[in-house]
Amino acid sequence: MSAIATKLFGQRALRWREALTGYVFISPFLVGFLWFTAIPMAIALYLSFTKYRIIKPPEWVGLRNFVRLAQDERIRVALFNTFFYAGISVPLYLVTAFVASLAMNLKIRGIRWYRTIFYLPSVTPAVASAMLWLWIFNPQWGLANQAVKLFGIRPQDWFMDPQLAKPCLIFMGLWGVGPTMIIFLAGLQGVPESLYEAAMIDGAGSWGRFWNVTVPIISPVIFFNLIMGIMGSFQVFTTAFIITTGGGGGARSYGAGGVLDCLLFYVLYIWQQGFSFHRMGYACAMGWLLLTIILVLTVIQFRLQERWVYYEAERRL
Amino acid sequence: MPTEARARRVVAREVTARRDWLSRIWTARTRSVIKELVAHLYLIPISITMLIPLVWLFSTSLKPKGMVFTYPPQWIPNPIRWENYPEALTILPFHLFFRNSMIYCITILIGQVLVSTLVGYAFARLRFPGRDLLFWLVLIRMMLPGAVTMVPSYVMFSKMGWVNTLLPLVVPGWLPGLYSSSFYIFLCRQFFMGIPLELDDAARIDGADHIRIWWQIILPLSKPVITTVGIFSFIIHWSDFMGPLLYLHEMERQTLALGIQTFRGAYDTEWHWLMAASSVMVIPIIILFFSAQRYFLRGISMTGITGR
Repeated sequence: MSAIATKLFGQRALRWREALTGYVFISPFLVGFLWFTAIPMAIALYLSFTKYRIIKPPEWVGLRNFVRLAQDERIRVALFNTFFYAGISVPLYLVTAFVASLAMNLKIRGIRWYRTIFYLPSVTPAVASAMLWLWIFNPQWGLANQAVKLFGIRPQDWFMDPQLAKPCLIFMGLWGVGPTMIIFLAGLQGVPESLYEAAMIDGAGSWGRFWNVTVPIISPVIFFNLIMGIMGSFQVFTTAFIITTGGGGGARSYGAGGVLDCLLFYVLYIWQQGFSFHRMGYACAMGWLLLTIILVLTVIQFRLQERWVYYEAERRL
Repeated sequence: MPTEARARRVVAREVTARRDWLSRIWTARTRSVIKELVAHLYLIPISITMLIPLVWLFSTSLKPKGMVFTYPPQWIPNPIRWENYPEALTILPFHLFFRNSMIYCITILIGQVLVSTLVGYAFARLRFPGRDLLFWLVLIRMMLPGAVTMVPSYVMFSKMGWVNTLLPLVVPGWLPGLYSSSFYIFLCRQFFMGIPLELDDAARIDGADHIRIWWQIILPLSKPVITTVGIFSFIIHWSDFMGPLLYLHEMERQTLALGIQTFRGAYDTEWHWLMAASSVMVIPIIILFFSAQRYFLRGISMTGITGR
């Protein structure tokens, strides 16, 4: 058909047809982007200037939601918790995943098995793994207390202890560093062997090779994992939600947010404001604040990367 | 001092002799064997530690109630109590949850595979004005936190009357508005760019249009990327909690992820049942993971998507 088209309409018509096909093919994405991303974000921006409780139409209140953002005690707690979690978990997971990927890059027998085992925990559905860790960290009968007993430490309350709840959550996340590890591994396998040989001829030891060859070459991968890690850690929801809600009857002394709000993370708080308290306008304002925070952090990271991320032949993203 | 000099000479000779002996044993081969042994020495205990939580999950799920609370912990349940499973799964309509999860995961999987290969095909192999700019939109979508759209999307879908249906969960898969969809489009584009363009030209000379090239030439050549996208999609939606939590309020419409949470609310202290219910959620994923593990690990290194 296109051969006939060429004869009839020439090269230009053919190119025009190709362009049209291109737009048709990507149209699902464009519609989806508008419908499920752009429009909701615009709605959120509008609603953040209104008082809106779903049953009645939104009522314009100007900057009142933003004034409240500045005064809300709990949002300070939520921001603190989120920054605390991000500040500790992101570097910890990155370093752990990187060290693990170095081990996974060894050429030893059974390495496939190790990779599989290290990856396996991360496919466990978040709900199931939250249940499992709740059981492990059960203050009365959990495995964690039986383990610390071996070291002579008295039983702890774990998730019910405001001091320990966040560290427990971070520890739990350590179990799921598999994907980050695999991405590092792919980066390590992409380091050209010739560079190592050249470094060896120049007399570099294994430490020197690591710092001067491996790290610069995979720095874009580190950067990628860093950006994704920050994005993810600012959006903790499912595990915190499951740990802090539900539970049977009167024995439960904690609600969404955990004991003393120690597990009140930002997205959890948005959810609470929007869907428990039905303050949709305020929740939207919170959403935009989160977007701004993540945007600022991402821009800072992109600025900083020029100092430490090494790109071969100016190839970016 | 002659004696001292002699002693020194003896020591020196002994040192060289030992060095000879060492160098005979300490070849590159032995060094690599020792290195491997040391690696296993570290990796085996760490691997066991990584597996402990899962072992504990299955172990608890098979224990009689009285054996759940024991010290020291018993790893192998005795007797093994399979009845925990039917008991736990009949308290709530788990067969419905299971069916709903399957419907949800499979409908969205088909949509995501078809649409991201189609869009990826256009971005990789067609020329049109503004293509690179539009591709940036895909990348930008990957950078946007979903939490911003959570509340307004709910408002929008509730106005459309879509609450308590699968539509708000599935339609954004078919019209890729999800965070993960952008990853799949990106992944498909990268993969398709590696397929030689001559194939398209040959097909076009034979009179095929782009829909046919996509369906009959590109897709059959793209099994690795299709498998990767499919498995990711399945696992992500099987585990999806926030979506069903927002939109599926009626018990009969809930998915497994949500059902288990409800279950916990009612039976908190019945850990053997709770673990049995959780196992039912974990087992299909583990089977899927093992059956397609090769593609999976390769795919994840190509995209960088995590399972959660």
